[in-house]
Amino acid sequence: MAIVEAPQPLTIPEPAQPESTPMGVFQRPTKTTGWRSWVTTIDHKKIGKMYGFASIVFFIIGGVEALLIRTQLATPNGTLLSAQVYNEIFTMHGTTMIFLVVMPLGVAFMNYFIPLQIGARDVAFPRLNAFGFWTFLAGGIILNSSWLLGGAPDNGWYNYAPNSLVVFSPTHGIDFWTVGLITTGLASLVTSINIITTVINMRAPGMTWFKVPVFTWMSLVGQFMLLFAIPVLTAAQFMLLFDRRFGANYFEVSQGADPLLWEHLFWIFGHPEVYIMIMPAFGMTSDIVPVFSRKPLFGYKVMVLSGIAIGFLGWGVWAHHMFTSGMGPVSVAAFAVGSMTIAIPTGVKIFNWMATMWRGQIRFTTAMLFAIGMFTMFTLGGVSGITHAVAPADTQQHDTYYIVAHFHYVLFGGAFLIFMGGFYYWWPKIFGHKLSEKLGHWNFWLMMIGFNMTFGPQHVLGLQGMPRRVYTYLPGYGWELWNMVSTIGSYILALSVLLFIINVVYSRRKAHAAGQYTCEPDPWDARTLEWITPSPPPEFDFWEIPEVRDLDEAWHRKYAEDENGRLVRIAKMEDVMDKPTGRIPHMPSPSYWPIVAAFAVMLIGYGIIFNLGLCAVGGFLLFLSVVAWGVEPSTHTELPPPEPSTPDSGESGAVREIEEVGANV
Amino acid sequence: MSDVAVGQEHHGEVHDPYPGLSPHTSTGVSHSKMGMWIFLASDCLLFGAFISAYLLYNGRAQQGPTPEDVINIPFTSTSTFVLLMSSLTMVLAVSSAHRGDERRLRLWLVTTAFLGASFIAGQVYEFTTMVHEGLGYTTNIFGSSFYSLTGFHGVHVTIGIMLLLIMLGMSLRGRLPKEKAEVVEVIGLYWHFVDVVWIVIFTVVYLIHK
Repeated sequence: MAIVEAPQPLTIPEPAQPESTPMGVFQRPTKTTGWRSWVTTIDHKKIGKMYGFASIVFFIIGGVEALLIRTQLATPNGTLLSAQVYNEIFTMHGTTMIFLVVMPLGVAFMNYFIPLQIGARDVAFPRLNAFGFWTFLAGGIILNSSWLLGGAPDNGWYNYAPNSLVVFSPTHGIDFWTVGLITTGLASLVTSINIITTVINMRAPGMTWFKVPVFTWMSLVGQFMLLFAIPVLTAAQFMLLFDRRFGANYFEVSQGADPLLWEHLFWIFGHPEVYIMIMPAFGMTSDIVPVFSRKPLFGYKVMVLSGIAIGFLGWGVWAHHMFTSGMGPVSVAAFAVGSMTIAIPTGVKIFNWMATMWRGQIRFTTAMLFAIGMFTMFTLGGVSGITHAVAPADTQQHDTYYIVAHFHYVLFGGAFLIFMGGFYYWWPKIFGHKLSEKLGHWNFWLMMIGFNMTFGPQHVLGLQGMPRRVYTYLPGYGWELWNMVSTIGSYILALSVLLFIINVVYSRRKAHAAGQYTCEPDPWDARTLEWITPSPPPEFDFWEIPEVRDLDEAWHRKYAEDENGRLVRIAKMEDVMDKPTGRIPHMPSPSYWPIVAAFAVMLIGYGIIFNLGLCAVGGFLLFLSVVAWGVEPSTHTELPPPEPSTPDSGESGAVREIEEVGANV
Repeated sequence: MSDVAVGQEHHGEVHDPYPGLSPHTSTGVSHSKMGMWIFLASDCLLFGAFISAYLLYNGRAQQGPTPEDVINIPFTSTSTFVLLMSSLTMVLAVSSAHRGDERRLRLWLVTTAFLGASFIAGQVYEFTTMVHEGLGYTTNIFGSSFYSLTGFHGVHVTIGIMLLLIMLGMSLRGRLPKEKAEVVEVIGLYWHFVDVVWIVIFTVVYLIHK
């Protein structure tokens, strides 16, 4: 009880340090503070934080690139960037925002909240989780180091072959692109295996499939899509890499190669990728809207099923990116119909969010504002998306700014806005204090104004015929006004991001001055399981694995209906939340090998680009770390002796679960 | 089940009272087995992409050598047979592991690794012969897609051999007792998958080439 009443950090008695080091060099690290605890951690919460931090850093890099693009295009005959540098900037902007911002930001939330939402103490493979993060970071570093090592990729994030072959792009840029993204692809693969296994296998007792929170559900669907999409991209990137580095002929048209091969492989990955990015965003919206409407999610099962439907239909729409490629009328018709079909389950979601708000007691917190912003902006993006499904219209829109406007409305207006909402909603859970709501409102409105000013006019520009990917344009086409508006909007957008960072620093200072953990455990009167733990949660998440009886378990612990069907409060969160049992659950120790293995992967990556000898060194290091990974003991610390008075037959099962994980993978 | 199980962690062993079955997961399937199945599902798509590319380019090479010129079906049939037999020995290894018969486990692990290595040796021989017959990696579109596809499979087999040898080392150091038989089973899943993929590749590349 003490932790609830006093705003103090959780004090967890340190386990006794062992006298002996039974495994010699394979002993596991023990640091729990300082930078070493971060590089060796296998705690899903710390890894989630690192994903979040890294994504924000990459977001700033990608954002600066965006500002350069907009500054160049503000007026006709812009001279800030040369054509070559412009190509590199827009390629890196797209690649960074997709692979190094939106995807990992989703993973940051998944990493932190999926185990908490399903009542687990960690993910299924904690070390693999750490490996996934470090490999993602390695890929991001490889990709961005291209700026310093001879030039960035310059062929767009889709990198159409044969335009990406050495003859057309002689620098190493595109090699950095392929190698960097194969590396982040490896990270995505292990992370998706991890998250899928976690959700399938580690739900708390009683949590049947239709009691799983929607964020977890949608993340699961998204990770399944990623699981099947990423190897296709990896294969295509290997082909491109082999063509560029070893003279293969996959895209060599003079040898009979077909340029459509790349387009098909890329978009078989690329369109599911869109849903991979938006799925966790859908889930987050579905978790946030009910909390601030004080109503259960309208049509929970339909929400889940429509998410699954999107997960299936998402595989049948990829060629709508290729309507102008001349692939034939049958394909065009089939993919046009497929692309229109997918609007149905998506529309269901939008209506269900609205129905959830209908007659709810709505609180316009920043998180709620971002959620509403998300599904209004996403609807706009969805409507322009439908116009792409109409093949004749798409033929007109293809490669114009209309497309740019559309995908920014779904990816920024859909995914990124709700990630901002997620920050505001879950910040108290992660850091024990709220972000300032006042600054948050400013943040929201500035972002909405900036976003709509930036991308709204691009619809008009596109329909006026302004093509994408041009580094400048001549005066006299009537594009000057809207380009200028768009550029001003982008700076307002940048300001709103700056405001968010200011809010983070300001709220942190304020909270530290007041004693760090200033927030009650359940500040929003929330519904899902992550809120029954203290904020921030202890290292092992739950003292006792909760028994789940209802969807919205946390809510049903607090509220019930009286005989007239009216909502009555039956308990305070403080009374029904997870409490210290006196017995510290035993978690696997940190490990050096995930980061070492990821470093080895990075060496192999640079080796492929520069010197195959480096590959051999990296390969050897990778082999060593895999062996070390296999033989290191699952823990370094001794268990405190069991207390004879505590009957623990129920709990030791849950503890053992983690043990097994640590021992095996 | 008592705390003894979690107390004895020095050697990375967990005393599992229910070998082969994990009562502590929602599905009853252990994490590592589930994870392996999920990985294999994903790996299907990697091979799927390379096989599709191969099929797309089948018969489109602008100059020779063509598959008829270089493919040696009797030879590759033999090495295919060797690889498929390694699945049998893998099953025997898993079965020995579950019975706790560590001597036989090592025997079958070595045999499986040896058969896998023979397959790789056959592939090396086959590639060398083909290069001598004029089909380099860069010669034509067939060469690129053929070597990439079969090469990727070869890399998978090689990784499998390494995993088998790591398991052999673990067994020799007493780290694969009966309770951890599932490790062998999970690696076995991977090994069988690689064999099954080869059946597809063998059919597509060797038997129905143009």
